Amino acid sequence: MNSYLNKNRPPVYCPGCTHEKITNSLDRAFDRLNLSADKTVIVTDIGCSGLFDTFFNVHALHGVHGRALTYASGLKLADPELNVIVTMGDGGLGIGGAHVLASCRRNLDLTLIILNNFNFGMTGGQYSATTPTDAVVGSQFLNQAEIPLDICAIAQSAGATYIDRCSGLDADLPEKIAGAVKHKGFSIIETLGMCTGRYTKKNRLTPKVLDQMIIDSPERCGIIEENQRPEYGERYRALAKERNTFPEAVAIEKKITLKEYQRQEVVILGSAGMRIVTAGDIVCYAGLYAGMNVSMKNDYNITVLRGQSVSEILISPEKIGYTGIESPTVVLALSDEGVQRRKKMFATLKPDTFVLKEKSVTIPETRADVVEIDFRELKIKKQDWALASLGVMAKKENAINKTMLKHALKSRFSEKVYQVAMETIEKTTQA
Amino acid sequence: MALSFMEGNEALARGAIAAGCNFFAGYPITPATTIFNSMLEMLPPQGGICIQGEDEIASMGYCIGASMAGKKVLTATSGPGISLYSEQISFAIGSEIPLVIADVQRLGPSTGSATRGADSDIQFLRWGSTSGVPVIVLVPKDALDCYVLAVHAFNYAEEFRCPVFIASNKEIGMTKESFDLESAPLPPIVERKLFSGDTYLPFEAKPDAAPPFLPIGGKTLVRQTSSTHGPDGYITIDPEVIAKNQDRLREKIYNARKKITLFEEDIKGNSDTLVISYGVTARAVEDAARILEIKGKSISTLTLKSLWPVPEELLLEKAKPFKQIIVIEMNLGQYVNEVKRVLCDKKIKFYGQMNGVMISPEKIMEVIENE
Repeated sequence: MNSYLNKNRPPVYCPGCTHEKITNSLDRAFDRLNLSADKTVIVTDIGCSGLFDTFFNVHALHGVHGRALTYASGLKLADPELNVIVTMGDGGLGIGGAHVLASCRRNLDLTLIILNNFNFGMTGGQYSATTPTDAVVGSQFLNQAEIPLDICAIAQSAGATYIDRCSGLDADLPEKIAGAVKHKGFSIIETLGMCTGRYTKKNRLTPKVLDQMIIDSPERCGIIEENQRPEYGERYRALAKERNTFPEAVAIEKKITLKEYQRQEVVILGSAGMRIVTAGDIVCYAGLYAGMNVSMKNDYNITVLRGQSVSEILISPEKIGYTGIESPTVVLALSDEGVQRRKKMFATLKPDTFVLKEKSVTIPETRADVVEIDFRELKIKKQDWALASLGVMAKKENAINKTMLKHALKSRFSEKVYQVAMETIEKTTQA
Repeated sequence: MALSFMEGNEALARGAIAAGCNFFAGYPITPATTIFNSMLEMLPPQGGICIQGEDEIASMGYCIGASMAGKKVLTATSGPGISLYSEQISFAIGSEIPLVIADVQRLGPSTGSATRGADSDIQFLRWGSTSGVPVIVLVPKDALDCYVLAVHAFNYAEEFRCPVFIASNKEIGMTKESFDLESAPLPPIVERKLFSGDTYLPFEAKPDAAPPFLPIGGKTLVRQTSSTHGPDGYITIDPEVIAKNQDRLREKIYNARKKITLFEEDIKGNSDTLVISYGVTARAVEDAARILEIKGKSISTLTLKSLWPVPEELLLEKAKPFKQIIVIEMNLGQYVNEVKRVLCDKKIKFYGQMNGVMISPEKIMEVIENE
């Protein structure tokens, strides 16, 4: 037999510990599969099962508690040729439960060997997620108030495609491990074992009892038919391959030369659904076509379908530093909740600030130059009020002009949407 | 000259791509989510991999695994995610796993405010791991910086085999702005130094350098471990071996601090005040200095783009001619004590603000004028 064991680092387990048997069975499984050592990695968790990586002459990664499956997934995604074997105890199973579930759901081609010995061996025999309620363990009475989990049942409901369970002393374990490794997809093999240093000192657990436990629990012996589906890595790569267009960065060349353009601060006060952010984007594009520097900050609720939507835009021939609004030159007041969000601002507006207020909107007292517009009368839908307001701004040459706006709309929209947008804007010229 | 127009987060993602990043794993969190979105748009067409982890801990685990297989990896989160990353960050620091972590900071503590900015995590990034090994933290002031610093971050991660943080801020990450992407001053790409010799010991290195790398899955067997290890990657309890490795982890970063120093300055010969700042705050500081200049008061500014390791020589050199130093931060004073430690014979004034809004140029002028 070709052994993968590291002769310089023999197993160091307590006498009688099942982990040692499993170490040898894993070695035999490797031999049976004739794995190339340089295409095999053992990823280990924390605790006694976390020593496995040191016993073998294959690649090894030993990380923090409960996270072994996460490293294993990263390795497998990065190098699909790797055979990735994860060893984890019942401790890692508990603390890393989310990763076990995610691995079952995902079906990436990894093999997880769970070395369930019903307690935390290394820290003094405390209870774990698999400790029986009536066991005597190092955490006094605490296990008596909880029940153990059946990871195989959980894995099946979480979508695992291959589940096996046996005694760690099972003579067929090498074959079983080999079967799990050969399976293309996520495979789990739960081994039941004896922690002779801790658990079996106070609990009657013998090879025979382990066999009986396997007989008494629902049978798991490999492929789960109902969960069969493509392996995640292959599926991912097939889906990703269809994404073949790299999104190039927006780049806008100056097309318009303006004389004596002064820094503009535009504030659009609206609500969700009024396309405020799109309008803000268009103002910025308009500025960019005139060779200006621009910035835009948006303020909207986490629940995007209701509440205020505010866009704050700077357009400047100089480099923009502070991106906050200091002295607005244009304010579009398009909804009450938007106005409420910036109500303090109105008292500070200068007399030459252009405020465009929709007829239905109430604004606080201000010295600014307020123009009212009745979009409803112009038969402009609420979702187009922001866009229509840009038409008014352009007509009055506040911050943007008609040429800037046309360039911006053409660049931001398809030809069809551009035509519709222009029709909306034309309606405001009648106002 | 065409100007690009994008959020700081998109710029950071584009910088990562420019640096050769080919793996991303992350978990959605405001205000960092659009980095994930951008990577998901950009990596697949380039043959790269982009994954959404089941949580932040897993996302970092995927990054660690992929990096050990030789990928150039990025993840992005905000303060609450950095909290969850912490155990994996310690692993990456101690076991010399290159990766770049974008922290688009928001107002803390805890879940705090998802959509309000602050430079909340400046000390957390430095000390949020076990053992106190130095880390590298870069800090952008605008979208252009996000683009350029992402490349620096990857270069440092590869050279020093460590996690490198980009401490962005909601006010940069989610603010769209114009900048000249085409002529951005990107540094040449630094690739991971691969081992070329006979017997590979995964952690054998020069006293103040990172060990040469070989990937898991290559011809030579590689060991990686989060446990205290010797050059061979096996657990050790030998005090001499442990001490040597601890010293090396510290010195490979600390001794390289001049190389890692990134900054901008506007030093005026006729001013007696130097304002030191970083991040989005630096933009308001620079505005304030410009306005004061017009008013006839000359103020010099130093904008730090690398906070950790502390650019000690830079601070000493730049501060030397000034009578007064003012430090402005978008928190209640996380970095000012580092400045005080280095400039121990200088008078140092501080202003900090932690209320969910940016410090305005007006406020900064008030601080400067009330000397």
